[in-house]
Amino acid sequence: MSAEPDDTREITRVLVANRGEIARRVIATCRRLGIQTVAVFSDPDAHAPHVAEADAAVRLPGSAAAETYLRGDLLVDAARRSGADAVHPGYGFLSEDAGFARAVVAAGLTWVGPRADTIDQMGSKVRAKELMAAAGVPVLAVDPVHAGPDDLPLLVKASAGGGGRGMRVVRAAGDLDAALAEAASEARSAFGDGTVFVEPYLETARHVEVQVVCDEHGTCWVLGDRDCSLQRRHQKVIEEAPAPGVPAELRERLHAAARAACAAVGYVGAGTVEMLVDGDDLFFLEMNTRLQVEHPVTECVTGLDLVALQLAVAEGRPLVGEPPEPSGHAIEVRLYAEDPTDGWSPRTGTVRRLDVPAARTAFDVPPGAGVRVDSGVVPGTRVGVRYDAMLAKVVATAPDRASALRLLVGALRDTRVHGVLTNLDLLLGALADPDVRAGRVHTGLLEERLDAWAAPRVDARVLDDVVLAAALGDAVAAHEASPVQRRVPAAFRNVPSQPRSRGYAVAGRDTVVTARYADVRGRLEPVGTGTVAVHVAAHEVRLERDGVQHVYRLARSGDEVDVDGPHGGVTLRRVPRFEDPAEQVADGSLVSPMPAAVVAVEVAAGDEVTRGQVVVVLEAMKMQHTVAAPHDGVVASLTVAVGDQVESGAVLAVVDEQSTPGGAE
Amino acid sequence: MSRARTTVEPGSPAYLANRALMLERVADLDAQHAKALAGGGERYVERHHTRGKLLARERIELLLDEDSAFLELSTLAAWGTDFPVGASLVTGIGVVEGTECMVVANDPTVKGGSSNPLTVRKGLRAAEIAAENRLPTINLVESGGADLPTQKDIFIPGGATFRNITRASAARTPTVALVFGNSTAGGAYVPGMSDYVVMVDGGAKVFLGGPPLVRMATGEVADEESLGGAGMHARTSGLADHLAVDEHDAIRLGRQVVRRLNWRRTGPTPAPTFDEPALDPEDLLGLVPSDPKQPFDPREVIARLVDGSDFDEFKPLYGASLVTGFARLHGHPVGILANAQGVLFSEEAQKAAQFIQLANQVDTPLLFLHNTTGYMVGAEYEQGGIIKHGAQMINAVSNSTVPHLSVVIGASYGAGHYGMSGRAFGPRFMFSWPNARSAVMGPAQLAGVISIVARQAAESRGQAYDEDGDAQMRALVEQQIEEQSLAAFTSGMLYDDGVIDPRDTRSVLGICLSAITNGPVEGARGYGVFRL
Repeated sequence: MSAEPDDTREITRVLVANRGEIARRVIATCRRLGIQTVAVFSDPDAHAPHVAEADAAVRLPGSAAAETYLRGDLLVDAARRSGADAVHPGYGFLSEDAGFARAVVAAGLTWVGPRADTIDQMGSKVRAKELMAAAGVPVLAVDPVHAGPDDLPLLVKASAGGGGRGMRVVRAAGDLDAALAEAASEARSAFGDGTVFVEPYLETARHVEVQVVCDEHGTCWVLGDRDCSLQRRHQKVIEEAPAPGVPAELRERLHAAARAACAAVGYVGAGTVEMLVDGDDLFFLEMNTRLQVEHPVTECVTGLDLVALQLAVAEGRPLVGEPPEPSGHAIEVRLYAEDPTDGWSPRTGTVRRLDVPAARTAFDVPPGAGVRVDSGVVPGTRVGVRYDAMLAKVVATAPDRASALRLLVGALRDTRVHGVLTNLDLLLGALADPDVRAGRVHTGLLEERLDAWAAPRVDARVLDDVVLAAALGDAVAAHEASPVQRRVPAAFRNVPSQPRSRGYAVAGRDTVVTARYADVRGRLEPVGTGTVAVHVAAHEVRLERDGVQHVYRLARSGDEVDVDGPHGGVTLRRVPRFEDPAEQVADGSLVSPMPAAVVAVEVAAGDEVTRGQVVVVLEAMKMQHTVAAPHDGVVASLTVAVGDQVESGAVLAVVDEQSTPGGAE
Repeated sequence: MSRARTTVEPGSPAYLANRALMLERVADLDAQHAKALAGGGERYVERHHTRGKLLARERIELLLDEDSAFLELSTLAAWGTDFPVGASLVTGIGVVEGTECMVVANDPTVKGGSSNPLTVRKGLRAAEIAAENRLPTINLVESGGADLPTQKDIFIPGGATFRNITRASAARTPTVALVFGNSTAGGAYVPGMSDYVVMVDGGAKVFLGGPPLVRMATGEVADEESLGGAGMHARTSGLADHLAVDEHDAIRLGRQVVRRLNWRRTGPTPAPTFDEPALDPEDLLGLVPSDPKQPFDPREVIARLVDGSDFDEFKPLYGASLVTGFARLHGHPVGILANAQGVLFSEEAQKAAQFIQLANQVDTPLLFLHNTTGYMVGAEYEQGGIIKHGAQMINAVSNSTVPHLSVVIGASYGAGHYGMSGRAFGPRFMFSWPNARSAVMGPAQLAGVISIVARQAAESRGQAYDEDGDAQMRALVEQQIEEQSLAAFTSGMLYDDGVIDPRDTRSVLGICLSAITNGPVEGARGYGVFRL
């Protein structure tokens, strides 16, 4: 497949200028090839798995991406200090930054990616389209100056953009100017380039892309296509290879267009030509000059290791022989820590468990049919809003699409994630949709059917059983943890007066569910439900409803209980039996530290205050005490006046914290 | 290892008949318990709830550690009297913050939680259990004080209530009072004598004299809050250590107090492992014959109570009408004495006396399973020294210092009741099964004895005996004695600590043994064991 490298360019030690899943992916291939690896890490990632797995690691001080993974100078310096001879950028961050590619090469290191000038050419979407049009590849284009009602709807895009940023859909002609201005402003702040362009918005088109790898000796392999139509906010969620239902003639045109695109720029390296398919028509969208998130599906149907090919090409090796013909089918879903029903808001938390029991491989093609899971998350990983919220890619591959779908659905059904809310229900909802199963997809489908797809698998009736399982298991656990009377049945009553009850708040839902049960001769039995407890242990509860038994498994962490049942996982938070009234004060409340008299009130309600500013002065035992604002904000309420006598713990005022723009992580 | 063999046949007609009758009795027991649980009745319960207050048992449930056990005691107190069943008080042993405590709660739905003579006796019994077993006490107070019409039976003996609290404190078993409502006049001394006091703001009223009494006594006009409000006691008098914002908060604070008691058990630790009985306790319902005159093998009962059904019998061939032996229950060692054939002869009495001494020698608690018609009478036995031998047994029981547990599983008649560590012999705990009968003798025998004596008196006076009147009298006496021997009746008199479902016996005894080991278990010292 690839011959001897140019001696001077043999890669022995790769700095992986990335984090998370893709860093582990690159490290895995390097390890298989005998290449050493150097990881980089920001402060929050100090204990991330990619750091542990690399041969060496270099700290990038700070937390924000701009201070760490986006600092080309620090990365080049890290490569130099760690003795790396090559840099792999992964995807995202600086993977399509021509300046970084140049800096790497200038430092005498091998850049694992296309040439910097190619990145530049494709980085400008306006320029890329011009190139493609010239090469005979159809492109979508509208001259904004002459756009009329017939052209609607329109899509305004940033030339330098990606990931949906700087994009605007225009449905009324009068909105175009405003959309252009907004998109330009957003693009300027996000990418430092305010260039925008306009194209027809094809609402029911498919996103089909073609994977290519080209060597520097003129050989260009087209490694099949992928459908990535199921997107949320222009970010891919479900991808598959090959794109289903594409006629041979169209597939040929797609592949030819990709080949033409590569030829037009003399492309070297791995890349993806993204196209829109609308009926029989195809249009060039953009070319990604890097490895894509969804590359595993192509690996699964070709048997190739794309990272290995990237490294080989970077070493100057030629691609030898013919590219493998894709066979079988692979589908990937991206498991995100996010709430699809709440505007896709990212969910933060510490991952306590991430388990896909069906997984046969990680970062590698499963032999034959099987499930591959690529993940950058391990138990204990803190998922914040600072970086991408993707927890894992779950890929199923099988000889045919229906088998791959079934395998993937089975794997997802058994997937257990504790600690953060995920889009798992949405993924299963989507994969159950008849149109998705038939391959009738388009880029607007996910948003269109979001409500139906994202409906929780655990409905109200099942939730009652989930809570019951948690309550019974918790009862046994509490009883087993008691220092006394562990040998007496849990909740034993010789004169029962009322059932026991335990209440739980359901994570991600604004609801509290209470389960009731009682000891009946040494067994805990549910009260007020048709469900029967067949077997109760601290970590496993077997319930029977309508003659069918199901097992619920419980994991506990502090006040939280993760319940995994036949309908997936639910995280419950125990409703505390007691609340300390001293803790029941609003956030930002200023409380009196002692019984005292109010001698001065320095602010009025509605005043803006800064942290440390004196709000109230108290006097007790002839001593004055000042009570200051705990943070910047606005005085939301003032409950005391000069001369008032206040109790210890009494709320004096409440200062609402102001959200400062850009202050959030 | 002595695994019990069983002859119980769960499918047999006799078993099924026995079981049906016992289930009927258990259902009746539930019905009697329901009277106590109902408190002052729906109207008062609802009124109490609408005031935002919790019922006595709701307070207890909230106070206890989640999913720990609660052994309610004397639930049927006052059964068969003019006072409401339960005696307006709930008592029991529960676990709070991992500490076994005696919990005592007034039932404010019954005449405002006021005390009648049975309330006082039930409270004193709870205090006795706490003292003997070294348990901290938590009082959940809301009581209107003494039920004045019955004050003659309350006022003077009731003083012990207050004395007990401070003596418990002196014995280093802390006392906690959570005051939810009225705690006035004498009742004020409950928080007054307690080590820790929590009062509910707006609920607790603790004063010696309320506004009318103060006005009568001194002419002072004062409101309830300034005389005894929770806020006043927390800020001014210092009688309250903690001011709770509401009832939940009071219970939270009560638990907080117990958490810091640094409670340490001083009794023996049970064996690290134990087995459940190999035989099903459910069979206990079917093995007690429906005919009380028919004896049953107590080994069948023992095998369904003790760990692994493993019972090592002592002297099995001697004095066969009393079964003695050693076993474990929840890992606690126990010596068991159980009547087999009802009657106690000289051999049985001597065997019991010897066995009790042996248990004392090795600090092993004793479990008495009563099913006795008493010591044998008749010339042969009197001449054989039955009184002497019975006295040996009663002597041994009386002077035994290991904890005794008594369960009346059948009859407990005559001096047999004494010899088997009946109420007057100070068992730490005593329970009855619903079929239990306790009396000086069986109703028919008692009526017969009265009849014979009356007949003799008539004859000696040379009068004709009124046979019709005799028959009437016998029927009346028999019925009266039958009623007064009932488990519910004796329990109502506080002659036991409760009537229990036979199937709960093991759990109940397990809690008792666990409670007992809060304090030391030490047998009597002195002479060596007399071989009798």
